[in-house]
Amino acid sequence: MVVLFINGLEVSVEEGTTLLEASRFYGFPIPTLCHMDGLSPYGACRLCIVEIGEGPKAKLVTSCTYPALEGLRVRTASSRVVKARKMILELLLASCPQSKTIQDLASAYDVRTQRFKQEYEDCILCGRCIRVCEEQMMAKAIGFRSRGKKRDLGTPFDLHSEVCRLCGACLYVCPACQLRCTYSEPEKAICGGCANLSPPCLKKEGFEDMMCFMEPCVACEIKKD
Amino acid sequence: MERLKSINEFERLQERLVIDRDPNVPTIVIPAGTCGQASGANDLIRVTKRELLNKKWVDKIHLRITGCNGFCQMEPSVLIEPQRTFYPKVSPKDMIRIVDALANSQVLEDLLYVDPRTGSPIEKQEAIPFFKSQVRTILSRNEKIDPIRIYHYIENGGYSAMAKMLALGKPEWVLEEVKTSGLRGRGGAGFPTGFKWEMLARQPNGHGKVLVCNGDEGDPGAYMDRSVLEGNPHSIIEGMIIGAYGTGASEGVIYVRNEYPLAIKHLLIALRQARELGLLGEHILGTSLSLEIRLVRGAGAFVCGEETALMRSIEGKMGEPRQRPPFPVQKGIDGRPTLINNVETWANIPIIIGSGAQDFAKIGTKQNAGTKIFSLVGKIKNTGLIEVPMGMTIKEIVDEIGGGPATDAKLKAVQTGGPSGGCIPTSLFDLGIDYESLTQAGSIMGSGGLIVMDEKTCMVDVAKYFMNFLQEESCGKCFPCRKGTQRMYEILDDITTGRGTLESLDLLEELATTVKDTTLCGLGQTAANPVLSTLRYFRNEYLEHILHKRCPGGVCKELITYSINENCTGCQVCLRNCTVDAITGTKKEIRRIDPAKCIKCGACRSLCKFNAIDVI
Repeated sequence: MVVLFINGLEVSVEEGTTLLEASRFYGFPIPTLCHMDGLSPYGACRLCIVEIGEGPKAKLVTSCTYPALEGLRVRTASSRVVKARKMILELLLASCPQSKTIQDLASAYDVRTQRFKQEYEDCILCGRCIRVCEEQMMAKAIGFRSRGKKRDLGTPFDLHSEVCRLCGACLYVCPACQLRCTYSEPEKAICGGCANLSPPCLKKEGFEDMMCFMEPCVACEIKKD
Repeated sequence: MERLKSINEFERLQERLVIDRDPNVPTIVIPAGTCGQASGANDLIRVTKRELLNKKWVDKIHLRITGCNGFCQMEPSVLIEPQRTFYPKVSPKDMIRIVDALANSQVLEDLLYVDPRTGSPIEKQEAIPFFKSQVRTILSRNEKIDPIRIYHYIENGGYSAMAKMLALGKPEWVLEEVKTSGLRGRGGAGFPTGFKWEMLARQPNGHGKVLVCNGDEGDPGAYMDRSVLEGNPHSIIEGMIIGAYGTGASEGVIYVRNEYPLAIKHLLIALRQARELGLLGEHILGTSLSLEIRLVRGAGAFVCGEETALMRSIEGKMGEPRQRPPFPVQKGIDGRPTLINNVETWANIPIIIGSGAQDFAKIGTKQNAGTKIFSLVGKIKNTGLIEVPMGMTIKEIVDEIGGGPATDAKLKAVQTGGPSGGCIPTSLFDLGIDYESLTQAGSIMGSGGLIVMDEKTCMVDVAKYFMNFLQEESCGKCFPCRKGTQRMYEILDDITTGRGTLESLDLLEELATTVKDTTLCGLGQTAANPVLSTLRYFRNEYLEHILHKRCPGGVCKELITYSINENCTGCQVCLRNCTVDAITGTKKEIRRIDPAKCIKCGACRSLCKFNAIDVI
């Protein structure tokens, strides 16, 4: 067992536990976007940052990747942490304002406005879909491409991937952006989309406003019965 | 080449090479690194070879083609040994004269380097101000060695540090020496090399340990590593062999960006020669030490210089960093313990082992031992690669080695550490350059770029330039780095085009602090430095842009206007060269610039000999 201090509270956790798991277990909430139980930690959204260390050596680390170490002093909601989280949420809000998850997080941290130029992107590139595809579905059908501001995700050369089984897990795990069903615009679909799947809803008119093909699709199935 | 089977055989080979060499034979040294070749060194080599063959002087005069000597501005240059006469900017025609003069032991006065301060010619390379203040422990070896000939390297004491170490037979001694030397990682962060090595040595040797030479040099305007890789590849190989012995590693990887074709070529030749001679591979010089080194070419992503991204790139994956811990020494390439050092760090190792750690520790300051190579560029008289002891002040570097400002404009700042570095104003020019003081001043050592800026540089524009670089080179994995750099660029762009507000300045500062605090790797953590350091020392320039919509440096096009003052003699040069016909006026009369037509290209200003064009 490893003994450490979270927000001053002395706690003990099993070796190999991450700070995120330890904090959540002891009831200290930490917001996350790119983290998902069952997937390897990625550390990309940086929302789960916590402060460790003392004095001038104190630094912010992502709790989803940092292991619980003996005697470590962790602060999950110090002013430095909250300030940084707010700025990250403001950046998120400036880029993906339509996401309910991001709106809720921002509101929980009292971020009411954002001061940047408003953008309307869907994807925050958290990589959950890519990891679920590789690690749980053993498919590796999608991946990141390019870097910097040109970074996006998709199949190689934007062609329908042979290893994609159209399981829909990528859509299911999306935390914020809700990869939309692009049944009417298959060229924008991440895996070739439902255009390849020919689900019942494709032929019907009543689902034009659907956000994600999984749920309406399920609805279709239910409707059919 | 016959494989050497013992340390004794190596020593005999070295002895024979030294005896066979006559140091008094006149030798023409032509530096032909990438910089030299670009400015015409290949023509000089051709001319020299032709002359020597035609006149049958092949035995009388030797020719040596080497890597860069550092004074890149004066390329293509020629050095005559043993007199050490230096001829800068030699044309093929002059080369013929130089060969003839050398045959008659003459010095061509008219071709010598002229000191711009005194106006008098200087013959010896060492007496030239650019070289005089330097301590060239690494770079000085470049001019002695033809990089594609391993015998040249051995003849000049190469691989003897390795032989000395193997003869002694104590890996702990190697670790102790590197620790005593006080060498710190030359890649930028300045982590003590000895400690890193010790950490690797302590790791369990499960599937073999890996040594990596990080030659992914991506800073704009910096080329220290390239010159070492091109000019002296064997020093890296020797350093890695020593490292393998000290730490128990069995595999080495040299990671070089594919944009360095000459470095790759020279490295491949060097690796092959070392292998053929038995200095690499199984049982080096008949000892128990075995090391295989392979070359991996990078595709040229700036972020791959970061060690965790570099490892992923070597594994064949996408070059993006991951969170530490686990550190590379614990879990690196394919899960094996990995040690990553910069090119320059490796190049220092043979020197430390060869001439003793104590001697090395005497150079530089107490906390920062040894020398550091910088690429000195910008608005100064002498530009090129320089090697100075740690702790030398910026003033000494800029004034003595750099020769002071290139034009009448006063110097304003020096930018250190590449895109992730910061700007240091003239008021801090007495600062000694070492890891700590640069960090304190809000900049970083980085890999060693020094860009000198004068009054005609706009600091907001500088910050914007680097931010543009970073927003494209950020890997995009972690959100605050990807979006943060984009948003900082956006705000800086607003300020330089006159759309900035005081609120956006506050937002910029707040964002920069968050990016510094929360990002994943070294790239993101230092990405805010260009903004934060210019805000710290040149806030008034930002305010000038925002409040008065003026650019004091006369750079930001949206905020400046060109006009002509009474110095104008009516010579019509500007009028004839204006591409948009914005300048009007008849002969012998002060011209006018039509601001509606002017595209602010600056052609008139650079052509005017009477200083008659104002920029407000």
